[in-house]
Amino acid sequence: MTKKVSRRTFIQGSATAGVVVAGSSSVILNTKESWALSTETLSADTAQSLLVMARHLYPHDFLGDQYYAEIVSGLDEQAKNDSALAEKLENGVKDLSKVIEGDRTYHLAFKDQSSGLQLENLKRIDGDDFFETVRGATLNGLYGNPRVAAMFGFEGSSVEHGGYINRGFDDIGWLPK
Amino acid sequence: MAKTFDKNDDSVVVIVGSGAGGGTLGNELAQKGVNVVCLEAGKRFTLDDIENDWNTMFGRLSWLDARKGTGDLLAGLPLWVCKTVGGTTVHWAGASLRFKEHEFKAKSAYGNIADANLLDWPLDLHEMERFYSMAEDKMGTTGTHGIPRLPGNNNFQVMEYGANALGYKECHTGNMSINSEPRDGRPGCHQIGFCMAGCAIGAKWSILYTEIPKAEATGHFELRPESMVLKINHGKDGKATGVVYVDADGNTQEQKARVVAIAGNAVETPRLLLNSESSMFPDGMANSSGQVGKNFMRHTTATVYATMPGAVYWDRGTQMAGIIMDEVHNNPNRGFVGGYYMQTLPGFGLAWYSGNVGGMSKDSPGKWGRNYTREVVENYRNMAGMWLVGEDMPQEKNGVTLHESEKDQHGLAVPIVNFEDHANDVAMRNHAFIAGSNVYQAGGSKKQYQLGPFPSTHNMGTCRMSKNARDGVCNSTGATHDVPNVFISDGSQFTTGAACNPTLTIVSLAIRQAENMANMLSQNTI
Repeated sequence: MTKKVSRRTFIQGSATAGVVVAGSSSVILNTKESWALSTETLSADTAQSLLVMARHLYPHDFLGDQYYAEIVSGLDEQAKNDSALAEKLENGVKDLSKVIEGDRTYHLAFKDQSSGLQLENLKRIDGDDFFETVRGATLNGLYGNPRVAAMFGFEGSSVEHGGYINRGFDDIGWLPK
Repeated sequence: MAKTFDKNDDSVVVIVGSGAGGGTLGNELAQKGVNVVCLEAGKRFTLDDIENDWNTMFGRLSWLDARKGTGDLLAGLPLWVCKTVGGTTVHWAGASLRFKEHEFKAKSAYGNIADANLLDWPLDLHEMERFYSMAEDKMGTTGTHGIPRLPGNNNFQVMEYGANALGYKECHTGNMSINSEPRDGRPGCHQIGFCMAGCAIGAKWSILYTEIPKAEATGHFELRPESMVLKINHGKDGKATGVVYVDADGNTQEQKARVVAIAGNAVETPRLLLNSESSMFPDGMANSSGQVGKNFMRHTTATVYATMPGAVYWDRGTQMAGIIMDEVHNNPNRGFVGGYYMQTLPGFGLAWYSGNVGGMSKDSPGKWGRNYTREVVENYRNMAGMWLVGEDMPQEKNGVTLHESEKDQHGLAVPIVNFEDHANDVAMRNHAFIAGSNVYQAGGSKKQYQLGPFPSTHNMGTCRMSKNARDGVCNSTGATHDVPNVFISDGSQFTTGAACNPTLTIVSLAIRQAENMANMLSQNTI
């Protein structure tokens, strides 16, 4: 999984991303933080929206957008051979672009909505199939990424380092004696 | 080089499954010179195939054939067990505890419990002590036979601190079949973590690299991996004559046998008997009692995770790094019969933890969003955790049945596994939740998460032992009441489940069964 993702290079923030659309695929890139997300199956709007959604689901201020972009890239990779998934993601983003205020419904691209409105919309669809698909992909893609997990204290494979027998398996210092 | 046997050789003992029960029985018989063919549904791996990666190893080791969970079970994955040579001993955590005396006499000790199908075992602790001792020696169990206990990791030290503060008297690093020093050609534990993804250095006892190679070295044992047994055949005299199986190339074969011993874990064992129906056995083989597939037990389990005031790094070191044993006694004044243990257990990596706390704990601030990531995910390094495991009540409604229409890849009816908590199970779990949370609060934790059961790893009772043929499927040697040369050789034969992790008892019963079976074979009584 991680091998597939790291074939591509993405580094850049989404807020200032410029978008180039070529055929059915897209490239989101930004010069300021210099990361790029290229998708082959998902549209640029969907890709950007999924990135915003992933960040709302599991936000961490100390993580740059590139880690969330890898989740979108993974979904795009899967969608290449799974048209039902591609359709689910495109339709899900369309649904998130509906804004319901009282009895008035209008359209505003999810990625262009205010952060508060985006959150309201996510709460509206919490638990539906699309939501759970993206949530599951975010959990696995973000927290299953060894570089990310290490930042939270999950240190990953240890056998090649001789385990923790000499590396702090019993180094707790704060317990009262 | 391991021996091979002819498929028409009807003098062999055929063992179905190579886990704690089947693998032990196979080696014990082979050591006594009995010829054994062991048919294992899963693949044979080596230590080189064991990686410190939860997802990879889950996919490589787990039994993922179609199964349906109903009742309180996860619909798509009711059990978390293995389909591989060595069975669930590849993935087990290593806890090796003996039953308590009263746990062999559940009916007498607990009395009549409404809706519980309790029964005393047809054997007792006194009878089992010799076999427990042999099993502990075989497995290198710490705290027995002069083998030192393992050192305690951070997660254990948090538990121990709380246990001492609360006045618990029996808290230590347990009786673990993980080498605390080199023994039996295997190294001592390096505190790697990932025990339940398989021990990459072989410090943990597992049938895969202990019993199987030892059995093969005798010249009396043949292992056939990727061989799924479909049916047991029998003759006009009602005795088993062999088994039908699909081999690694997908070809259907028959292996003749003098004895068939089934050790496929508590779902596949009764499933095979049910699938072996015939005009002589219309309700399935060895099922005159109607108890085949009934009384499924999986222990009353739960998990407490606690946010501690400092870093714990709970993934470092053995997963079951310690135990509190004080709650295992039977004291009905607590509102339930039977007892339970508290055993340290971290999560299974950040992704798993981050999904499951939200999905399984009512104490969680939702499943996603800013509060969730701050409180749950960003505290990962500060988490301590324990698993609670206690005796559950056998109930007839809990068990294994065959789906009416859905078939698996071999054309066999998909098993449906039902489990519903008994009121006693619920009362015990609630008590254990509070006790576990108290341990962590004593160590300064302000926040605990209480999680219900994971997919079942301790699976027992579906072909239980009984003194009388009407009450169960097999007798105290594991021989089925109805078919004298068909044996139950895994946790399916448990009459009741006790509180402790079942592997040591499965291994002990297999050693005992091998002794009895070898005698019966030499005396020509089977």
